[in-house]
Amino acid sequence: MSAPNDDRDLIFRRIREAIRIRRENLPDHGDAERYRQLLPPVRASLQARIELFREWSDKLNTRFIAANPSDWRAEIASLAAAEGWKSSAFHGTGLAREATEAAGLPAATALDTTRGYDPERLEACDVGFTDCEALVAQTGSVLLTSRGNGGRALSVLPPHHVVIATAGQMVPDLLAAMALIRERHGAALPSLVTLHTGPSRTGDIERQIVLGAHGPKKLTVILILD
Amino acid sequence: MSKPAAAFQAAASAYVGERETRAFLRQSLAGYLAQRRTGEERFQDWEEARVAASAAKGEALDYLDRYLADFLTRIEKRGTRVFFARDAARARERVVEIVREHDAKCIVKSKSMTGEEIDLSETLEHLGYEVVETDLGEYIVQLRGERPFHIVAPAMHLRREEIRELFAGKIGPEAGRSAEPEALTMDARRAIRRKYLEADIGISGVNFAVAETGQICVCTNEGNGRLSTSLPRVHIAVMGLEKLVPNLDDLALLLPMLATAGTGQHLTGYTTIIGGPRQPGEADGPEEFHLIILDNGRTALLADDEQRDALHCIRCGACIYMCPIFKNIGGHSYGTTYMGPIGSVITPHLRGLEEWRHLPSSSSLCGACTETCPVRIDLHHHLLHNRRNAAAAHPAPLEKLALRAYGWLAGRPALFSLAGKLGKLALRAFSPLLGTALDPARGWTRCRALPEPPRQSFREWWKTHEPEPASERDDDDEE
Repeated sequence: MSAPNDDRDLIFRRIREAIRIRRENLPDHGDAERYRQLLPPVRASLQARIELFREWSDKLNTRFIAANPSDWRAEIASLAAAEGWKSSAFHGTGLAREATEAAGLPAATALDTTRGYDPERLEACDVGFTDCEALVAQTGSVLLTSRGNGGRALSVLPPHHVVIATAGQMVPDLLAAMALIRERHGAALPSLVTLHTGPSRTGDIERQIVLGAHGPKKLTVILILD
Repeated sequence: MSKPAAAFQAAASAYVGERETRAFLRQSLAGYLAQRRTGEERFQDWEEARVAASAAKGEALDYLDRYLADFLTRIEKRGTRVFFARDAARARERVVEIVREHDAKCIVKSKSMTGEEIDLSETLEHLGYEVVETDLGEYIVQLRGERPFHIVAPAMHLRREEIRELFAGKIGPEAGRSAEPEALTMDARRAIRRKYLEADIGISGVNFAVAETGQICVCTNEGNGRLSTSLPRVHIAVMGLEKLVPNLDDLALLLPMLATAGTGQHLTGYTTIIGGPRQPGEADGPEEFHLIILDNGRTALLADDEQRDALHCIRCGACIYMCPIFKNIGGHSYGTTYMGPIGSVITPHLRGLEEWRHLPSSSSLCGACTETCPVRIDLHHHLLHNRRNAAAAHPAPLEKLALRAYGWLAGRPALFSLAGKLGKLALRAFSPLLGTALDPARGWTRCRALPEPPRQSFREWWKTHEPEPASERDDDDEE
């Protein structure tokens, strides 16, 4: 088999030829403002957003903990005791690092993915700690990027993903999440932007939901209130 | 009859007899319907959202040259290597070329219908590469040597016990110990997990491509799409050229609609938007990202402004779930990558009307597909358009003559009434032969009981029931 030629020019010619006739009956292309009147509604107040995020978390089997700045570390410590974590991964110098320390798994010995890592070692970790770009109330999702939140694998390879977020990061809806990506990263997009909505799941066998098909079996979101 | 038509008829006839499987499927569809309804109700206005979704896809397609050019500039700037393939063969050749360049041993693949369309896994396996389908449903049908039964739910036709036996036989003695879906899923998790770490190449499909930012979007529930695109050092994505949407806001509209229409979920578990290979300063990710953009008949469909909206399709699979034909003949009978109404609309365009003109006729034209489509493709009319095109290409002189004769007769009331009476007598005389080898209409009559002919013809009945003149009729008749 010889190397095939790229058909770019041919296909562009075919496209231009094909769309010489535009359709007349197409409705107008909408914008964010229009879409916001159609999509599932989100109430404006922070309290309402947090409540909506909690409702989705319950449905999705995400463990959602809202804690005060003084006691979120204690929440992690008790989680660590209950889950029996022995090894962890985290990234950088922010909340994810504080979280592994709070879990009694010192950053000095835990795996920091931002310093170059062995995937085998990450796979063997009991838990991965990350911060996030935002939380989305409308869908109960965590917004992460490959640049800001420890790379691609940290949030999906260990069996338990723990996210630490602050109340100011709770955006109302997907449109706001998209606007945030555009504003914060538009000039130089990270290679990967991802929304995680609950732990990994499948319904491929008799439509029965099973958690932990490939990605994390558990997702915990800790929200630090102001 | 073409070869695919003969195979279709044989497979459909066989499946219709499988009562238990059909009952199982109906039960599963009832579950989908209930969730789907709840899903739509979450929207402020689902119907208007459908209009908006159709407009967004329509905008991208009617100005595809511009949107595609913008998309390319942006995604290539981040180091993505894009290849355009006019047909399936060229797309396959390009993937094989990349795989050889990297001397790959193991390939993990997340679900891709475009991959199915170009026989990607089969081609690579045939060349001796290990290809692991990582989507659970897709993994199951791969182990069975089957094609997906449905584009969103590939293994929906299988019961847990069948999957248990399959796993015990194919994975090994440690698997298939229990038929509980939980245990079976964990069997698959264990079997596939090592592969993510060992694989040199990850292959994915593409759900959407965003022109504004030059990103592709991949939706999975299991996280297999995330893992397949994170650990291997090369990522190859395969997309049809119709996947474009203008901007990220369109994505925010379409993602919840895809999930709602596809499974009744509010959003797919992992929505991953990829704009290139690992960028400077990132902790991990593939060194190379290859994107293969496929035509394979799509520009021909684009040129058909009557049916261009068939390219709006976001592959949610809802029309397939809703189709009464699918419910009775199952997904494998079609013999196509895309089954059900959308398949019967686009397959004749993608693979040729000549061989596939039987598909648009395998529909009751009930319109359930059009009603459920989240991007408002006029599916049942397109089925009719395909029938018209097939008839133009293949005139049926006998049918035409019969209809002309009927038209002539129907225009002559006395003769028509006489023919009706004679027909009744003839039918009675002929009835012992119905469905036997001597019956020319056997294909139709052998599995259908003919209703008793009525004593009175409609015209006779009308004479005694004709309503009073129009003055007494309701003025605001809703008709």
